[in-house]
Amino acid sequence: MKSQPLSSPFSVMVHKEIADHIRSWRFIVLIGLIILTFVASMYVSLGNIRSAMGNANDPDRSFLYLKLLTTTDNSTPPFHVFLSFLAPLLGISLGFDAINSEQNSGTLTRLLAQPIYRDNLLLAKFVSALIMVSVLFLVLTLLMTGGGLVLTGVRMEPQELLRILGFLLICVIYVSFWLSLSIVLSIRFRQAATSALTAVGIWLFFTVFYQIVVNLLIRSFLPDPSFLTQDQILRYNELILDILRIAPNQLYTDASTTMLMPSVRSLSPMTMEQMAGAIPAPLPFKESIMIVWPQVSGLIGATVACFALSYYLFMRREIRS
Amino acid sequence: MKDPIIQLKGLTKCYGPQKAVDNLSLDIYKGEIFGLLGPNGAGKTTTILMMLGLTDPTSGSAFVCGHNATNNPISVKRKVGYMPDSLGFYDNMTALENLIYIARLNGLNENEILKRGTETMEIVGLSSALHKKTSTFSRGMKQRLGLADVLIKQPDVIILDEPTLGIDPSGVREFLTLIKRLSKEQELTVLLSSHHLHHVQQVCDRVGIFVKGKLLAQGNIDTLSGNLFSHEAHVVSFTLADVIPQPWSLQQELEQWGSVKQITINKKTIEFECRQVITPALVRFFVEKGYDILGVHQKDYGLDEIYQKYFEDIN
Repeated sequence: MKSQPLSSPFSVMVHKEIADHIRSWRFIVLIGLIILTFVASMYVSLGNIRSAMGNANDPDRSFLYLKLLTTTDNSTPPFHVFLSFLAPLLGISLGFDAINSEQNSGTLTRLLAQPIYRDNLLLAKFVSALIMVSVLFLVLTLLMTGGGLVLTGVRMEPQELLRILGFLLICVIYVSFWLSLSIVLSIRFRQAATSALTAVGIWLFFTVFYQIVVNLLIRSFLPDPSFLTQDQILRYNELILDILRIAPNQLYTDASTTMLMPSVRSLSPMTMEQMAGAIPAPLPFKESIMIVWPQVSGLIGATVACFALSYYLFMRREIRS
Repeated sequence: MKDPIIQLKGLTKCYGPQKAVDNLSLDIYKGEIFGLLGPNGAGKTTTILMMLGLTDPTSGSAFVCGHNATNNPISVKRKVGYMPDSLGFYDNMTALENLIYIARLNGLNENEILKRGTETMEIVGLSSALHKKTSTFSRGMKQRLGLADVLIKQPDVIILDEPTLGIDPSGVREFLTLIKRLSKEQELTVLLSSHHLHHVQQVCDRVGIFVKGKLLAQGNIDTLSGNLFSHEAHVVSFTLADVIPQPWSLQQELEQWGSVKQITINKKTIEFECRQVITPALVRFFVEKGYDILGVHQKDYGLDEIYQKYFEDIN
């Protein structure tokens, strides 16, 4: 006889998806890539940490662990910049065949003939990939801080830990945006290759072409700056920045930079009057949070919008193999 | 009369201007094996998908086990096991793992799952392939695993979409016997769709003939042939040892028998269309006249003829 279910179908699906991810070559390759990036940027930053800490002009010099993540000798980009283009790849590769591969192999019909809610399937795909990514990033960060502690013996400020965890959270949200976008594409396109290609296309557009396109368009109708007052120039600058911030990688870069560099005070241009009297000193954690909050909520909003779209596309769709 | 376990009322599904299923009403009762018979593209799969809430009907309603399949698909899917026509399994898992995953999704008790899984695999005759990856399975084995998949949740109704597709003849016979046995043992209601008449004929209690989205007839095979051919004659054909000369001297005599409607002669065979069954009398007649009979064939109406007849009507 049927007994009380011990675990809900949702958690069963999440278990299975995680097991699939762990065993898949794709994930191993991605982990390899990210660890390689991490080791390379750690190596470079450890080599330059002494000079960075000794730089008396830098208000952030007392934050050893943040410096570890952001210092570079310009031979490789720092870790958080690296991540701004690796994270989308991670999200896309974990999600681009979420639904269509099941449909093409005929397992989707079989799965949906079981008493499970359709949205649970989507959510399980999303959550399982997200758990994998979060664990991966958490492990990397803990390794970094642990390694740093052992190597330097410098005590870690609570603020540093909070900032690093905040950075981690932003990374996860950024990956989750690309993940949910690629899940939408996996529902929309029957062929996994098409959906992967489209996702990579969107990613390339935002990382490479978006700035160029925006600059081209703005320049074509921007009045000659020499006829504008200071105020107007400032307004136009803000406008350009706002348009650039539609790109999720811009949001991510803004947010992670602010998190990892406590002396960043504003993400928009400031006038001389606003700057006057300001002492170049690190901001408290809470103030940095206030600065990045719009960026973070923008990313979350985009993620939720993609997820809602996937829900809309999937819920009333005919499941046929 | 018992309450029907599957009840379709005016079910219609349109894809654009094309009607895939047209105003279908059908009752299926507990414990029977119902065969949905129709050519490819008749709308069989669409009908089944609507019964499971996997696609929404344009109008009409489908009630399965007392639940509306469109509004409440989860309750329906708890009671119904569905085997799709193109089965797919997770290739990186073994057969048992695939089965256990489905069992877990159905909320079966974790302590019993392994035992139940092994038992079910035994029922369908796959106990030797428990730990093989499904990617190595043949079509027939996949079909069996699909059946195990359906049975492990202990459903009230099982719906099989083209279950005999792509299996060899002996496999088909085994598979159908298995379905029949299970349906008797566990009082399962089985809905089986196929375009293969003979398979349906072997196992089904009742048959529905489904062409271009419409259910043309339903009932058991005798009723169906009775309905169709009652106005037609009984046909008997005789094969003789020698070629019959034309004109035949005995033709006149036979035509005076009241029950003979028509005689067709073709070299060694003579075909009689009669109003009643007069085969014994005809045999006696030939023997008395000294003809050597090689064969007598009385025509039966099977599903082939039934099927053919309905297709003629549609076209």
